[in-house]
Amino acid sequence: MSVRDTDWDGVRLHVVTGKGGTGKTTVAAALALALASKGKPVLLMEVEGRQGIAQVFDVPPMPYEERRVAVAPAADGRPGGDVLALAVDPQSALIEYLEMFYNLRQAGRALTKLGVVDFATTIAPGLSDVLLTGKAAEAVRRKADGKPVYGAVVLDAPPTGRISRFLNVSSEVSGLAKVGPIRNHADTVQKVIRSGQTVVHFVTLLEEMPVQETLDGIAELKDVGQGGIQAGAIIVNMMRQAGSPADGDSPDGKARDLAALRKALKAAGLGEDHELAADLAAELADEARSERTQSEQRQLLDAAARPCYELPLITDGIDLAALYRLAETLRQQGAA
Amino acid sequence: MSARGSGNKAKPLVIDQLIDDRRTRIIVCCGSGGVGKTTVAAAVGLRAAERGRHVVVLTVDPARRLAQSMGLTVLDNTPRLVPGVRVDAAQADDSDQAGSMHAMMLDMKRTFDEIVEAHSDPDRAAQILANPFYQSLSSSFAGTQEYMAMEKLGQLRRAEEWDLIVVDTPPSRSALDFLDAPQRLGRFLDGRLLRLLVAPAKIGGRTGLKVLNAGFGMVTGVITKIVGGQLLRDVQTFVSAMDTMFGGFRERAEYTYRLLRMPGTAFLVIAAPQNDALREASYFVERLERDGMPLAGLVLNRMHRSPAARLSAARSQAAVETLQGLPASESSAIGIAALRLHADRMRQAASERRLADRFTAAHPLVPVAQIPAQPEDVHDIDGLRVIGASFNGE
Repeated sequence: MSVRDTDWDGVRLHVVTGKGGTGKTTVAAALALALASKGKPVLLMEVEGRQGIAQVFDVPPMPYEERRVAVAPAADGRPGGDVLALAVDPQSALIEYLEMFYNLRQAGRALTKLGVVDFATTIAPGLSDVLLTGKAAEAVRRKADGKPVYGAVVLDAPPTGRISRFLNVSSEVSGLAKVGPIRNHADTVQKVIRSGQTVVHFVTLLEEMPVQETLDGIAELKDVGQGGIQAGAIIVNMMRQAGSPADGDSPDGKARDLAALRKALKAAGLGEDHELAADLAAELADEARSERTQSEQRQLLDAAARPCYELPLITDGIDLAALYRLAETLRQQGAA
Repeated sequence: MSARGSGNKAKPLVIDQLIDDRRTRIIVCCGSGGVGKTTVAAAVGLRAAERGRHVVVLTVDPARRLAQSMGLTVLDNTPRLVPGVRVDAAQADDSDQAGSMHAMMLDMKRTFDEIVEAHSDPDRAAQILANPFYQSLSSSFAGTQEYMAMEKLGQLRRAEEWDLIVVDTPPSRSALDFLDAPQRLGRFLDGRLLRLLVAPAKIGGRTGLKVLNAGFGMVTGVITKIVGGQLLRDVQTFVSAMDTMFGGFRERAEYTYRLLRMPGTAFLVIAAPQNDALREASYFVERLERDGMPLAGLVLNRMHRSPAARLSAARSQAAVETLQGLPASESSAIGIAALRLHADRMRQAASERRLADRFTAAHPLVPVAQIPAQPEDVHDIDGLRVIGASFNGE
């Protein structure tokens, strides 16, 4: 049986960013489900200490441990894979790192006592970002019996304004630490991030500010990454259905809309309520205006020449069923 | 509304009262990213200026067009007079009462550099400014922005040039990091780590702590092993050069912290009527309460309202179905579109209200202000003025 082509064949690390309020975590979760429907387990990671994944999947706050939060639905005749989730915090990542590579459990404890862990993860420039991206890189590279443990890793990353710095931080640390294991670690992380295995997806709404930030973010990524960090898709979230047939803003058009509305209200049994007709006409005009803004923003996004996926607005709250629906929508558009 | 429902009602937060009260000297706007914090902060500043206050708005990362509209074209750490501010008609005859508005964008690195320059002799300052560790620390990275925003706030307050300072906080992952600044600095400064960094040779011999004795040699060894000797030396040079300033640093952080807790300060928690934004707002409210910070209330930005609220979603939907049962015509097509849109709007407004009610159920004593959603992004003074018009609590 042939495997369907997707836009991201060969990509193992999907970094998901977006301006605050665009639904980045929800989209990351849906993408993880979509990727897991190919059959292999997928790891969904968050790094901002908000416990956003736990909330999206409606499970209790997660400890520093990879846990199964969902199973993807079967697709293309294959059973779905597991989605595991991990909330990474820099402190635990540092201690784990010390244990894993230096067998320094005791030193880790002494370092915590001395305030080194606190210093390293809150004050020392960039170290905490290296630890977080490092954990993602480790999960991508992790193998069992010679095979990758995860089919893909989805990273619910910091917001668009910070993303370039976040991903590029290892090279900044490389500049600070000229030798030594931190340097080596930073270099390894950079190798994963700057390979064809990693792409950065931008979640946005069709509103001016998020679109501007998305375009700025893509440009900055190119700049900072010097071509080494790949932008992925633009994912337009919370799309409302268009469909205002109103004549819009011209005075003529408004008068025609108003006359038609009065007639329609009467026909619908709402009486001859001219005030109501005027208010509804105002609402229509508002909508027409916002649809125009949306299509302008859409054109701006098109100019970025990235694959673009659309996800509908879900008004009655995000639950697992809604996530499945969003995942399927992403899959149909070629995201997974 | 039932008695039970009305018992659930939030106390209204009247922002106009807050800014008309001359005792209010600092307004801090906090909230998660993407809720319109900067816009609200700017609107509060404008409204206050137009009601007679001398205001400076400290913004951290404004959208380009909004910054331009406030006359901020360069990030230069200098408050600039905002053009286009109108004097309130009631006060226009008394020119002493005329307000003014300045705005500035925080330049994090320059603020840091200025502190260094102000607190050390030129040689030492040059040494610190050239240190690679300092350069990274001052120009980037988690935390620095929060510290510097608060430092700047302290400076503006001490300058006594304005009678109201409005602060827009950084959209950091934990946006209240600045509350931790004094404590974190203190922990670091009093900590053994600092002594270890400043005088690596002495500490091992002096300390009586067993753990430290046992772990000490290993720990310095480990640090060197992990970060490399050169980075450790950079850090040590930096810390020794900064040594004399650290005390001043902490003093300033503590001053700002006290300032924030004083009655002249008011915190506004900004949120959008969305699940996650309100969850973050709850977190902010709890955190501010725990620290004894003067919380003025919650500002719900971008609330959808309908001018035709008297027609319910259900009746609107029923009317759509009636029209669909009739022969199609141009007027019924527009009627269907308008009524369907209206039903959607009403449902959205209802769901936003439910979220607001849920917040109030959890925090019944927190006053709430609402700002209606604008059809387009706000990026000029007129737009800010429209937002300010909703500050009267009606």
